[in-house]
Amino acid sequence: MNTNFDFMRLRKAAMILSLLLIVVSVASIATRGLNLGLDFTGGTLLEVQYENAEALDKITSTLNNAGYRDVTVQNFGSETDVLVRMSEAFRDNLGNEVLAVLQQESAGNQLTLLRSEFVGAQVGEELRDEGGLALLLALFIVMIYVAARFQFKFSVGAVAALFHDVIIIIGLFSLFQWEFDLTVMAALLAVIGYSLNDTIVVSDHIRENFRVLRRGDAAEVINFSINQTLGRTIMTSLTTALVLLALMVVGGDIIHNFSVALMIGVVVGTYSSVFVASSILMSMNISREDLIPPEVEEIDDRP
Amino acid sequence: MLNKYPLWKNLLIMAVLVFACIYAAPNLYPPDPAIQVTPARSGAEMSEQVLSQVREALGDKQIEFFGEEVKGSTALFRLTATDNQLPAKDAVQRLLGDEYIVALNLAPTTPEWLLNMGAGPMTLGLDLSGGVHFLMEVDMEEYLKGKMTNYREEFRNRLREENLRYRRIQLDDGKVVISFVDAAVRSEGSSFISRNYPEFLREEKDGEYADLVLTITEQKIKEFENYAIKQNLTTLRNRVNELGVAEPLVQRQGRNRIVVELPGVQDTAEAKKILGKAANLEFRLEAEPGASRFATEEYGFRSEERRTARLEKKIITTGDSVTNAQPSFDENGFPQVNIDLDSKGGAVMTQVTRKAVGKRMAVLFVERKPKTTYDVVDGKEVAKTVQVVEKSIISLATIQSTLGNSFRITGLESAEASELALLLRAGALAAPMYFVEERTVGPSLGKENIEQGVNSVILGLALVLGLMAIYYRLFGMVANIALLANIVILIALMSMIGATLTLPGIAGIVLTVGMAVDANVLIFSRIREELKAGRSPQQAINEGYNRAFLTIFDANLTTLIVAVILFAVGTGPVKGFAVTLSFGIITSMFTAIMLTRAIVNAIYGGRRIDSLSIGGRV
Repeated sequence: MNTNFDFMRLRKAAMILSLLLIVVSVASIATRGLNLGLDFTGGTLLEVQYENAEALDKITSTLNNAGYRDVTVQNFGSETDVLVRMSEAFRDNLGNEVLAVLQQESAGNQLTLLRSEFVGAQVGEELRDEGGLALLLALFIVMIYVAARFQFKFSVGAVAALFHDVIIIIGLFSLFQWEFDLTVMAALLAVIGYSLNDTIVVSDHIRENFRVLRRGDAAEVINFSINQTLGRTIMTSLTTALVLLALMVVGGDIIHNFSVALMIGVVVGTYSSVFVASSILMSMNISREDLIPPEVEEIDDRP
Repeated sequence: MLNKYPLWKNLLIMAVLVFACIYAAPNLYPPDPAIQVTPARSGAEMSEQVLSQVREALGDKQIEFFGEEVKGSTALFRLTATDNQLPAKDAVQRLLGDEYIVALNLAPTTPEWLLNMGAGPMTLGLDLSGGVHFLMEVDMEEYLKGKMTNYREEFRNRLREENLRYRRIQLDDGKVVISFVDAAVRSEGSSFISRNYPEFLREEKDGEYADLVLTITEQKIKEFENYAIKQNLTTLRNRVNELGVAEPLVQRQGRNRIVVELPGVQDTAEAKKILGKAANLEFRLEAEPGASRFATEEYGFRSEERRTARLEKKIITTGDSVTNAQPSFDENGFPQVNIDLDSKGGAVMTQVTRKAVGKRMAVLFVERKPKTTYDVVDGKEVAKTVQVVEKSIISLATIQSTLGNSFRITGLESAEASELALLLRAGALAAPMYFVEERTVGPSLGKENIEQGVNSVILGLALVLGLMAIYYRLFGMVANIALLANIVILIALMSMIGATLTLPGIAGIVLTVGMAVDANVLIFSRIREELKAGRSPQQAINEGYNRAFLTIFDANLTTLIVAVILFAVGTGPVKGFAVTLSFGIITSMFTAIMLTRAIVNAIYGGRRIDSLSIGGRV
């Protein structure tokens, strides 16, 4: 691809866009919070299949009347599949109990219990902590690796780009109140891997071009490098986005949110490796000297 | 010469591919639905008579079956249709009665020659096969509290025996505080404890009395915890075996949790009853000769068929309070069994035995066996399984003095002692446990998940293959071959190490498909760049591969780091995803670099060419 796009001229606009997204994300996380899944909150979940579709509010009121607490009911995948969540602690036969209550209200409609899940509150809390810890650990190790392989300024850029991606994904999940469960957490870590992959490829070219191209200021070199890798960046994002599309469309509901998180990650990750990581490099005044091993200083022995 | 691989390299690549094809192949053979018959009593043999009974039962119901197999004491009958599994199980169970456990199973259909090479299909996770998943937490705090109480009792007895006078012994925040009468006795006591109980750290403290504060070492606590988990694992495994599940998983997770996975099981209530089942040992006093019949019961001995004894109905304590039982030898070298009770059990034991010195105490072994009865309801036959309790005496010994938290049974033969200790431990949980997580996946949902997973792999793969072929022409086709090879190698690797395939695992494979082409994209863009820069096609290929390598390596290594972290901290489904992702990264390095290079070399290498079919405006 013979592009010669001046990405660095868009740097300010991109910076504003990123900041805006981050502010909105953080605000949403702070005010609306996350719609945490069963894995993290603890509680009970039942998936019930109706032979014929049933109104959700009817199911909800039936369960409320039966005395179950914090009941949320939603369709799962199809009209006839219903997901019931409640804070009820699990006990033997709870699944069959709930099924019986619902069956009674919908006589003539055959009900089947597809799955039941119960997670203790303590386990949920631990998973939350572990997940957060894993994220931070991943970011930290990546930072060290990039600093060692490239240079400190690159690692700041890379990690800033990763933070950017992660915050925006979490922010979108908070904004739209999509369910944030263990698979989404796994997706977040996968995004870190993916986005980093992109950033490293771009950084690799920037480093090489600083050494090879003897002319041009930092902005020119970075621009050139991004244009050089643009074809590859788009192609890889496209293939990954395609398979994610396949997962979203036919992969079923259990991994739907996982695919959504990854899809956002691919889009935001591609954007961030082009704009965020390089903008940070620019603002940290990356220069040729940063990448060429320092020569031994001559001792000035003249009087 | 440029772009020629040496023969050995080509052969190596071929070898890897052949190897991968062989080990991935078992996954192509879908397993047969089957029923599995095992004797309920361990050690029993599978007889020809039983086999013919099964054949008869299946024949009566006109259920087609084939490929009858006997392995050890287990017999496997393959059925032609999945729908027949349940009726077949019911019919066979009914005919054989409760002497045998009949379970649903999936029998692998891997051909003999593949099996002989150690190849086998991947195991499916619960989300794909359907079944029950439990997570149980072991209450360590309670367990350690019990241990410390045992220590206190032991100190009381030992110090008294040694004539080391103390005012009191207390437990304080996990520490044992011994208040000696004066400092001189304390120093004697201190050295006594350092000799006999090296697991304690000693600290002197002067207050009202000459106190000695004992803190147990971290190392010993860890030892206790490991013992408790191990013991609970063993007990759970024994209990799970009673369920007759085809391939149960009972595994430690983290410091104090145990995962139990029962594929094919749908009835959680029944499973939980057996997993969390109540005591299977009872300690009772022997009845006085003239005692009323209403307050006593007669039981047989487990080892001697005819012998019986009359016991009081009142239970002193149950196997739940047994925390440990070990065979050992007494001072004179006679075999004995040391039994540890928890604090509650110990207190009751003391109270009861104080007034019963000279009488005999029995240990009753309680077994629960499922018994199925058949009733006719509304003209339809309904099978009903109830748990039948069988009790037998495993020990009857005279109480020589008041018993406490730990006591011993003496007067045994050596073999007897270890057998008794085993039985005492068999049903006992060292530490209390409770359920913290429970998941059930219905079999239809599992099937749906597999279908959706396979569909998304196929669709994702088709899209990527198409895009690559259009964009990179011949080179794209080469990358596509590499991509397919990558999936085969990935599946072969996972089958070989016996990894479990879960839905997120499939998602990991799909993601690998999307990301694995990245390496090729990088190489091909490099080659295009080199061509643009005016190099000859041969040089462009060589440079493209060489220069892209480091970038690919860096990028993949970081992703691998993340995947490893994911594996280390993740549980269950997340782990499955991490496994496929990490293997995918490693295998893609091989296929995207080595394999494509070999093919490209075979096509273009070693001859004069003017252009490359790599797309783009070159």
